[in-house]
Amino acid sequence: MSDHDYQPSSKLGKWFNDRLPLLTLSNHLAEYPTPKNLNYWWTFGGILTFCLITQIVTGLTLAMHYIADSDLAFASVEHIMRDVNYGWLIRYVHANGASMFFLAVYIHIFRALYYGSYKSPREVIWIIGMIIYFLMMATAFMGYVLPWGQMSFWGATVITNLFSAIPFVGEGIVAWLWGGFAVDNPTLTRFYALHYLLPFLILGLVVLHIWALHVPGNNNPIGIDIKKPSKDTVPFHPYIVIKDGFALLMFMIVFAFFVFYSPNILGHADNYIEANPMVTPAHIVPEWYLLPFYAILRSVPDKLLGVIAMFAAIFVLVILPWLDTSKIRSAVFRPLYKQFYWILVIDVLILGYVGAMPAEGLYLLVARVATTYYFIHFLIVLPILGYREKTIPVPLSITEPVLGGSPNPGLIKRKESLN
Amino acid sequence: MSEKKPKRREFLFTATYALGVVGVGAVAWPLIDQMNPDASVKALASTEVDVSSVEPGNTITVLWRGKPVFIRRRTQDEIAEAKAVKMEELKHPEKDEDRAKDPEWLVMLGICTHLGCVPLNDKGDYNGWFCPCHGSHYDTSGRIRKGPAPTNMEVPKYEFLNVNTIKIG
Repeated sequence: MSDHDYQPSSKLGKWFNDRLPLLTLSNHLAEYPTPKNLNYWWTFGGILTFCLITQIVTGLTLAMHYIADSDLAFASVEHIMRDVNYGWLIRYVHANGASMFFLAVYIHIFRALYYGSYKSPREVIWIIGMIIYFLMMATAFMGYVLPWGQMSFWGATVITNLFSAIPFVGEGIVAWLWGGFAVDNPTLTRFYALHYLLPFLILGLVVLHIWALHVPGNNNPIGIDIKKPSKDTVPFHPYIVIKDGFALLMFMIVFAFFVFYSPNILGHADNYIEANPMVTPAHIVPEWYLLPFYAILRSVPDKLLGVIAMFAAIFVLVILPWLDTSKIRSAVFRPLYKQFYWILVIDVLILGYVGAMPAEGLYLLVARVATTYYFIHFLIVLPILGYREKTIPVPLSITEPVLGGSPNPGLIKRKESLN
Repeated sequence: MSEKKPKRREFLFTATYALGVVGVGAVAWPLIDQMNPDASVKALASTEVDVSSVEPGNTITVLWRGKPVFIRRRTQDEIAEAKAVKMEELKHPEKDEDRAKDPEWLVMLGICTHLGCVPLNDKGDYNGWFCPCHGSHYDTSGRIRKGPAPTNMEVPKYEFLNVNTIKIG
């Protein structure tokens, strides 16, 4: 990389940097050449980093007051809400922060889907991202159990029971997860320990995610390879820092709206009833961000196959870089993919909606159609589209449509040979 | 000799790796097994229930090992309905006689075999139980008739200590 020859200006800086090149790293981050055409959909990486740090900081402070014990957990959460100084604020930021985190991650993922950011050479970034997403779901699920309300308890029961679908060893695995014969105190204490651990694993993976990003550099809205640094790039600081910062402020307005004006709208009233192993709430639903997967689970009438379908729905995303056969990254130049992309977006929204509704009648039918289409999109449409689609010619550089030519002579040659 | 030497070294490597795997496994096992049900959880193995106040057609729910257990005193109609079902109609064929030793008393884990919710009494298409979570219907013998649950509701080990007392577990 071009910034390896960086030298700090001060003597002390040089002395330190020779021993631990932290200043080289920070210089790399500041100078990091970024495509100049990045739009606001690219600001969600920074927003997600903010979300993770918010969750860790608020989580740490909540942990100072929360008690992981099936007799005390529910009361300790109420104690946080009523007695602890600003406890209500910290808990509402943490609880809504989870939703905001998922809102941002879904936008981030769908941006990658639209602009083909998962394609070569960025497959590893994408896979690390999917692992982060999966860990986020695990973390959020376990965090939701901690207040020990009715939804906590029954959500935990339903999700852990998913593993009982595994032939032969399923029951043993579930007893092992529970530490008993039902969700109970041992389950709560271990979920607390893991809920504390996983965000730090996510943090580590975020570092790898960014590291892997900085090898090929950012994708961009027109999805072409660009020469770095060149007329097509701007340094990360101050250009992207300011843009990300502005987007973050906008995002924080939405965040603050939920925290201060409707802090419980994304939750369930049932979770303000203490956990009761004798009574299941009439209508169990997971948090909104898990609803599409829940709809897929319920749309299959067989227990094991339902669980397999649900995990497969995540797994097809992991192998997406090899399912999408098109060499063109950005949907801007893929007229058919662009339409299928929006159908997928609608399909996932429908899955989310029916996931929140009772699994019967028309809802069940819609869920089945939407589930089938979800898999058709990834397993049939994307592989075929790469061969069949007539794509629009891509420009040679970001500046080409305006200035003509290309900073990359190789690309000019290639285009000339095509003409 | 030159043929033999690398083989000996390979053997040593393989043996070392194998021993290393056994060692890691031995160290990991306590860390994994600590999550299994502990001695105090296992100690709560049985519960005794007084059923003298249960009228025909009523169900009581008691907690056994942290799980709800339904004890239903069935009416004659319900018993007749449960016995009339043909085995071919069942997803998980079990005779009613095998599920309720004394046909008047049905004792079973009140846990849907799909994903563990507690089904609701006197609901569903088969006059038995209905699970609100994912729509499984059970008949008056607690057998799965419709919906995603794979098996009938489980009958735990239990016995009548006397006319009024059931010991579960």
